[in-house]
Amino acid sequence: MAADAGGGHGPMSQFEIKRYFPLDLFGQDASFTNSSLFMVIAVASITLFFAAAMRNRALVPGRMQSLAEMSYEFIANMVRDNVGDEGMKYFPFIFSLFVFVLVLNMLGMIPGTFTVTSHIIVTFALAALVFLVVTAIGFARHGLGYLKLFVPDGVPIWLMPLIVPIELISYLIRPVSLSVRLFANMMAGHTMLKVFAGFAVSLPVFAKAAPVLFTTAFTGLEFVVAFLQAFIFTVLTCIYLNDAVNMHH
Amino acid sequence: MFAVITAAAAAAEAVAGEVAHQSGGGLPQLNTNDFAPQLIWLAAMFTLLYVILSRVALPRVGEVLAERRERIARDLAAAAKLKSETDQALADYEKALAEARAKASGIAKDTRQSLTNETDAERTKIEAQLSAKLQEAEARISATKTKALASVNEIAADTASAVIGKLIGQDVSAADVKAAIAARAK
Repeated sequence: MAADAGGGHGPMSQFEIKRYFPLDLFGQDASFTNSSLFMVIAVASITLFFAAAMRNRALVPGRMQSLAEMSYEFIANMVRDNVGDEGMKYFPFIFSLFVFVLVLNMLGMIPGTFTVTSHIIVTFALAALVFLVVTAIGFARHGLGYLKLFVPDGVPIWLMPLIVPIELISYLIRPVSLSVRLFANMMAGHTMLKVFAGFAVSLPVFAKAAPVLFTTAFTGLEFVVAFLQAFIFTVLTCIYLNDAVNMHH
Repeated sequence: MFAVITAAAAAAEAVAGEVAHQSGGGLPQLNTNDFAPQLIWLAAMFTLLYVILSRVALPRVGEVLAERRERIARDLAAAAKLKSETDQALADYEKALAEARAKASGIAKDTRQSLTNETDAERTKIEAQLSAKLQEAEARISATKTKALASVNEIAADTASAVIGKLIGQDVSAADVKAAIAARAK
């Protein structure tokens, strides 16, 4: 939210990528950046959390273990409800997506941190991964029959030239809509916060209360958005996966 | 997988780069020079997270949850077994109680029956004795009565003959008087 150090002071400066350690990998720029740092922090904190939570493997869980079990059951139920028991094979993938996006969103809520998911390239890569995995599963399970997904049942034949392209486009647009939804929400929220926080600094003393109150309330809303967007990303992945696994249209 | 993303990124690079230049720096998100490091680290970190979660963390949570479910099911089954055993014991007890009760009432009934039978037999015997005595007495009474009645005729005849004798001053034969009485008594 307030990553001012080293960068400019505009509301967009918080999104700038800073290279901490330049690194070259097979001719590609693989520098360790602030984005990399927060991805590492996210993976490390998820790993440490699960290691600590499941340390005792208690029959009657403590607070941390309850949280770990709750998150497990939350995503397991989501997969079971949307995809069925067949979908439980892909549960680790869905769960990884959810906690990864959720933790990156939440880390971004700490003042001074960098929000990895506010970058379209990251959300697009995740959405493209979902798209490719789902499409691969669809063809693996149904062969060329998976293409029937674009030919809905009960549609008159003369409507096919219209329906099939629409279905095809709506399928191919999925990675775009999935990634833009997450990226735009994160970027817009953080920009808004920064803009109004800037007002709190620049306005005269008697008017400072309004932007401060607004920023406070909006921060609460942003926490909800951070969770909600991770949730939506995961639910939509489940829904796409359901198409691939069950072909229910 | 990763190659496709980089390819897509490269395709977007031309467009995004232009936009960035036109808007004088523009959004940091559209700076294509930053795409490669983000993608590489994303691929590495997400793969690492997936491996850790799918190989270690999630199976561990799943195991604990399954173990708990199993334990609860086992405890419930044990409780149900104990309950059915209790029910069985209770049913056995009630059956035994009912049997004992039936036996007790049977004994009471038998005793009552045998006592009644004895009493009845005794009574019948006494009644028979009494009725025999009664009959005997009745026979005696009727015999006495018959004899008495016979004597009455004789006494009447005697009295009549004596009265007649006094009235007419002459003796009348007893046979005549008898015949006359008999005729009169008809």
